[in-house]
Amino acid sequence: MAQQPPAMAVTFKVNGKAQALMLDTRTTLLDALRDHIGLMGTKKGCDHGQCGACTVLVNGTRINSCLSLAVMHEGDAVTTIEGLGTPEQLHPMQAAFVKHDGFQCGYCTPGQICSAVAVLEEIRAGIPSHVQGDVGTAPEMSLPEMRERMSGNICRCGAYSNIAEAMAEVAGVRIAETHGAQSDAGAEA
Amino acid sequence: MKFDTPAGTNPIDTMKVIGQAVDRVDGKLKTTGQAPYAYEHGEIPGKPAYGYIIGAAIAKGRIAAMNTAEAKRMPGVLAIVSAENAQPLGKGSMNTAKLLGGPVVEHYHQAVAVVVAESFEQARSAANAVRIEYERGAGRFDLVKEKPGAQPLTGNDADTHTGDFAGAFASAPVQVDQTYTTPDQNHAMMEPFATIAWWDADALSVWTSNQMIAWNKRELAATFKLPPEKVHVRSPFIGGGFGGKLFLRADAVMAALGAKACGRPVKIAMPRPLMLNNATHRPATIQRIRLGATRDGKLTAIGHESWSGDLPGGGPESATQQTKLLYAGANRLTALRLAELDLPEANAMRAPGEAPGLMALEIAIDEMAEKLGMDPVKFRVLNDTQVDPEHPERPFSQRNLVRCLEEGADRFGWNRRSAKPAQMREGRWLIGMGVAAAFRNNINMTSAARVRLAGDGVVTVETDMTDIGTGSYTIIAQTAAEMMGLPVEKVRVKLGDSSFPASAGSGGQWGANSATSGVYAACAKLRDMAAQSLGMDPASAEFSDGRVRAGNRSAALAEAAKAGELVAEETMQWGDLGKKFQQSTFGAHFVEVAVDSYTGETRVRRMLAVCAAGRILNPKTARSQVIGAMTMGVGGALMEELAVDKRFGFFVNHDLAGYEVPVHADIPHQDVVFLDEADDKVSPMKAKGVGELGLCGVGAAVANAVYNATGVRVRDYPITLHKYLAKLPAIA
Repeated sequence: MAQQPPAMAVTFKVNGKAQALMLDTRTTLLDALRDHIGLMGTKKGCDHGQCGACTVLVNGTRINSCLSLAVMHEGDAVTTIEGLGTPEQLHPMQAAFVKHDGFQCGYCTPGQICSAVAVLEEIRAGIPSHVQGDVGTAPEMSLPEMRERMSGNICRCGAYSNIAEAMAEVAGVRIAETHGAQSDAGAEA
Repeated sequence: MKFDTPAGTNPIDTMKVIGQAVDRVDGKLKTTGQAPYAYEHGEIPGKPAYGYIIGAAIAKGRIAAMNTAEAKRMPGVLAIVSAENAQPLGKGSMNTAKLLGGPVVEHYHQAVAVVVAESFEQARSAANAVRIEYERGAGRFDLVKEKPGAQPLTGNDADTHTGDFAGAFASAPVQVDQTYTTPDQNHAMMEPFATIAWWDADALSVWTSNQMIAWNKRELAATFKLPPEKVHVRSPFIGGGFGGKLFLRADAVMAALGAKACGRPVKIAMPRPLMLNNATHRPATIQRIRLGATRDGKLTAIGHESWSGDLPGGGPESATQQTKLLYAGANRLTALRLAELDLPEANAMRAPGEAPGLMALEIAIDEMAEKLGMDPVKFRVLNDTQVDPEHPERPFSQRNLVRCLEEGADRFGWNRRSAKPAQMREGRWLIGMGVAAAFRNNINMTSAARVRLAGDGVVTVETDMTDIGTGSYTIIAQTAAEMMGLPVEKVRVKLGDSSFPASAGSGGQWGANSATSGVYAACAKLRDMAAQSLGMDPASAEFSDGRVRAGNRSAALAEAAKAGELVAEETMQWGDLGKKFQQSTFGAHFVEVAVDSYTGETRVRRMLAVCAAGRILNPKTARSQVIGAMTMGVGGALMEELAVDKRFGFFVNHDLAGYEVPVHADIPHQDVVFLDEADDKVSPMKAKGVGELGLCGVGAAVANAVYNATGVRVRDYPITLHKYLAKLPAIA
């Protein structure tokens, strides 16, 4: 037998619960969540940071969990889709996705919802984006901003139009106003 | 139950539940991460091992040697299975290339081995240590080069001739004769191929991700030379398919081989970079379209020829399908030619045939309308037909294409479009509008279901039907609820299990109508049983509000199962109404684009689809099908293309970074309108499909809008800016 691969201990919190794991150092945060902790809600679409299905919140910031090794997260607080809400008690974003049918096959959905929750916070926090007219001013809570910031989360079923409506509802943005404010993508609803 | 005469009035017509925009019954599971997909099931016998598939590094040739010595010594490795040591495998009837290659390699990334280890990381690492020596053979990878040798086909794909096409085209006062190309495309569903497989003696069980459970069971049995009853396939949630998961694929075969080798369940998710060459794809086409018309805009000659390629033994992309049926015209020709190519296997992707066919035909129609000086909506309306033009004795069961076009034009503000291209500007943006017809046939498939009425009044539906995001769970619950007079909450739906009655499955936009018809048939039987159990006349019993009423008697439905569960199983079979009547779905797509006059960047600003597809079972999930298809259509028009390496024979951009699909920022708000229809010739549900209709024609509507914006006609998809940037109008 060849030498065993190096293992390393890591402790972090997932959805508020402490986890102490001994992991092959090659294990991604995504695979640690799925195969070692058993939280299958976070999805593996590409394993290369190209699709966004594995999006989780680490210390409140969204990341692609497939691009991050688990052992890099000592002491971190990870929130996954299971931590946002349950079927009995949906997070407002989850409820809005159901209401607006912001998904079809459902495979990208946990990542979309984690991203959507984070995006609204990012806009509120004034983090600039590519579609902002003036990065010196606060970004608007608008559909073009949301669409731009969500563009790392691919939905091949094509639920984008409905996801935008779900996010607008949670953000308290009136759709008609938002459509009117679209800069380059178009003027009409 | 056999459907062989047009449907009369039936309980579905009540439309208390059917036709309502019910939220998905599986919505809470999917949005909270609780819906288990293939790789995620915990209900397996024992601790699973992990498999990692190795794909061939050549497109054609042989494996000269496979050295697994180093890999076998690596930590955690349990087994390495290749053609060298695998049991002899049969081949399913629906696969063109073998799912386990070697020593002969038929295409790039054909699976040639699986490494099984205690962990995913160990399996992946050991797979990288397997050394394979290849003898590269000469392959054919260029459709243009192979086109002259392409062969005609028989059966449904045979040439069709009506009237005198050559004569009518030659003498037509107005002609269009153009060639269009569409590229190879990939389904790129979000969930990769994935399977957990295990053996119990000589019985094989899989959790997998597959659209067609009964086919999958049959093909697994054929591959492993088992009687079908020894195979159990389960696929309750499927992370997208679009035709890519119609067939048995390498993940299931390699997981089963690995499980046999190590005596444990083996789980495999195919790595994304392997997916695009290992999987099937929609093949590229070269399409020549010739149209002849009178000066007042009547089509007199319609000719459509299409060339595509596939591996030896494969099939064509039937891109001429819609041209047989979409427009009137006395003189017609369609022809498919198939070349042999050694690229990965070609097969069905959402709306096979019509999707690329309409991308070409509906540009040609736009070109003809322009030559005639006619509005493209009016030109299409003028050439509508209510009968099958090749067989005028066959009427359409229902055809409201004209209403789709006219109502769409009205809603979209089509009258604001400038007939002359490159006239509308908003600052730096060139604005254009485009229209295209949508057309896709309705197909009915045999579909069975079992329904159970329990003593608590809950009805459970069991069928091997799949929900690939289409909403099957929801519309089946609605069907059973309507039939039994219950609210949706009183119905449980169990899908995707080969131990349940075999359904239509999900494909060809046949799923919704066929599978709900199977449930209708089973519920009709259950109604009779319930009425009899209550001592009521089955013929006059009415089911509503959880009660059964006949004459002056009334009882709770649950009462019927008080003495024990009632179970009814029935199969919906189809007579010859599909032969007597052409059953199709129709639509009109309207698109507005803005093209940056400086950079050539194209943005889709508005999209509208008006669809005529029979009764809409759930307007919420049906609308989602259509907007999703419209999104895929934007991809096909503007970005999607598998880039062929013609020297080495593979798709270069084989991951989700290289194969570009639409993202949030590419897609505007989308509008969908369904005409209020019920087609009594198609089924007791009076419904047809929408999942593929929504894609049909979108690409051409985008292309026509880009032309209207810029005056540059691109006939080579996708319409990427290098094809038109140099030709854009001069910047003032």
